[in-house]
Amino acid sequence: MSIHGVSRRTLLKAGAAGLASTALPLGAIRSAQAADVIVGAVYVGPRDDFGWNQAHAVAMEILKGVDNVEVIEEENVPETDAVSKSMESMINLDGANLILATSFGYYNPFVIDLAKKYPDVQFRHAAPLWNAETDPKNAGSYFCYLNQAHYVDGVAAGLSTKTNKIGFVAAKPIPTVLSNINSVLLGARTVNPEATVQVIFTGEWSMPVREAEAANALADAGCDVLTCHVDGPKVVIETAEARGVKSCGHNASQAPLAPNGFITGAEYKWETIYTMYADLLAAGEELPNFVAGGYHNDMVRNTPYGAGATPEAVKAADAAIEALKAEEPIYVGPLKDNKGNVVIDKTYDNYDPFLDGMNYLLEGVSGSIT
Amino acid sequence: MTAVTTDTPVRLTDSTKLRAWAEAVAIPLGALVVSALIFSIFLIFLGKSPVDYFQLLWKGGFGTSFSIQNTLQRAAPLILCGLAFAIPAQIGLTMIGAEGALVLGGFSAAAIAIPLVTGGVPVVLTMPIMAICAMVVGGAWIAIVGWLRHARGVNETISSLLMTYIAIAIMNFFVEGALRDPGSANKPSTMPIGKDYMVGYIPATDIHWGLVAGIVLAIALQIVMTRTTFGFAARVTGGNARAALAQGLPVGRLIVACTAIAGACAGLAGYYEVAAIHGQANASLVAGYGFTGILVSFLARHNPIMILPVAVMFGAIEASGGLIQRRMDMPDATALVLQGIIFVVLLTSETLYGRFAIFQQKAGAERT
Repeated sequence: MSIHGVSRRTLLKAGAAGLASTALPLGAIRSAQAADVIVGAVYVGPRDDFGWNQAHAVAMEILKGVDNVEVIEEENVPETDAVSKSMESMINLDGANLILATSFGYYNPFVIDLAKKYPDVQFRHAAPLWNAETDPKNAGSYFCYLNQAHYVDGVAAGLSTKTNKIGFVAAKPIPTVLSNINSVLLGARTVNPEATVQVIFTGEWSMPVREAEAANALADAGCDVLTCHVDGPKVVIETAEARGVKSCGHNASQAPLAPNGFITGAEYKWETIYTMYADLLAAGEELPNFVAGGYHNDMVRNTPYGAGATPEAVKAADAAIEALKAEEPIYVGPLKDNKGNVVIDKTYDNYDPFLDGMNYLLEGVSGSIT
Repeated sequence: MTAVTTDTPVRLTDSTKLRAWAEAVAIPLGALVVSALIFSIFLIFLGKSPVDYFQLLWKGGFGTSFSIQNTLQRAAPLILCGLAFAIPAQIGLTMIGAEGALVLGGFSAAAIAIPLVTGGVPVVLTMPIMAICAMVVGGAWIAIVGWLRHARGVNETISSLLMTYIAIAIMNFFVEGALRDPGSANKPSTMPIGKDYMVGYIPATDIHWGLVAGIVLAIALQIVMTRTTFGFAARVTGGNARAALAQGLPVGRLIVACTAIAGACAGLAGYYEVAAIHGQANASLVAGYGFTGILVSFLARHNPIMILPVAVMFGAIEASGGLIQRRMDMPDATALVLQGIIFVVLLTSETLYGRFAIFQQKAGAERT
């Protein structure tokens, strides 16, 4: 993209907007271009972080193409009262009628309080936190079980590794992260019983230096496939590529970062949910308060296979995706944790709430959560 | 010095003061204007209209009553963190660890609230205990920096920065371990203190009381630093620590006291983050207020009272940031670029003091 070409055009546009805004009060501009549905999205980090925020921003881009929908976005909004002001500003100054709060810490108290204050605005938050008994009816949650896509990663990785060691750089030992780690192991074990997963926790959602150190340490320890669960997987994938080991992605597509070693990656498909919300709002219908899903309802996907995936890996991973679409279970019990205790007594459905409380690493994963 | 009439020196001092005051206002204002011009050039290169930008800055920061509240709410922690840099600066220290004191202060307030809230201690007692706890812990934390400086000669900038990471690690250790609320599965936090124990908002606004606390403290510290022997001794030490020692001033105690005051300010900011906003301690306390406070203090030339308008200006830049992102389709980093330009231009402008004849006393300036 030529910077100069863009700049001249946008300069004119911006100038025109500037002139218009001197002549008209803000409200008038808005109503002149009012869409039926104005969706405001708030991100905790930059939109191009190759991770969590980018996954949402990619979905919002798709939403921009839907008729009668206007999208407004704000990035780098911390999980403090700044976020309630950002959301309120979208409502007051831009007329947003649906707010998508995409970071975990936005929910309580910010989304809850604001939903009470603005009962005519819909609020949806990207984590399964909405409580039907206590929380406002115009608020709600949406969530995707990304561990299903990590399971597919595991299948592909299990057939792409030569050392049988998969390295996993993880942020914090909380249930969603643990489930992704365990799913990688279980996926790999379906095709390669020798496969093991080695985990390093960095302790922070975004700590690039430590992520690079962890990735290097795992490569040094003989892992020849690396994957991760941190906010922005860029560093881990780039380190893996530089070290000549293969990699699986997380959150968004990191394929361009690793032209040689990328296998596949676990990606959210938020656009399924976002377009559904927009369509319902445009039709004047109620939004569901709670949406959750995975492969069976098109809410997660795997990044198109890269050069690191062997033909067998591609075949097995495609089969695994078909199995997940048919809702075949990942956690086939009984399963032991890596301390020898039986932690999963029987086979659980992929959406069973029992699994949401996961606080263990399964046998075959080396690492400790304490 | 021979005897002079009481009349003449007083008038001379007044004139000197006035000129110094005019210089202290004119140079930062000039720096702001220059920053705005440089930033405008940056915007033009991006293909955006500077007119548009500054209009939206005004609208988002002050244009509506909502915008003003938004600005003031964001200014509240910046005032306290600005003070946390300014007071050590007056005694000649570059103490950049307010973030750590804020985090530890907020965390300790949330931690001490757990037994108080579960024990049913009345709100009127719990609130001040939490606030005092936050100030004491924050104050003690930064006092360590001052003590290390004085007793061991440890560079306070380095130690305060490194201690920030230690402070965050301490909070994470407890929040993810012993003090973790079992209900906070995916975002480790301490037990919520509950709505009843929150400090609430200034009536008819949604600005929390931290703003009032900041204003009161800024005024109080201005008086302490300019109207008391303590403040005078501290500023003498800041001017020349060796000379202060030679004069018999208790330099060590002054340094520790100033750093303790700084830490207490930041700790109080942490208390309001917990008691007015989050209701519990977790990683959200690490929001960077402590570091923005450094900029605020520099722009205010480490002058407690001037921190108030400067913090409001920074609050406005942040409050309008969202609107600018949305309307002009610009990345959030734009606001950081503006802040960075202001900071650099301002530091450069420091060299201009004493160079404009108009601000100098005619008969031999005393400024060096």
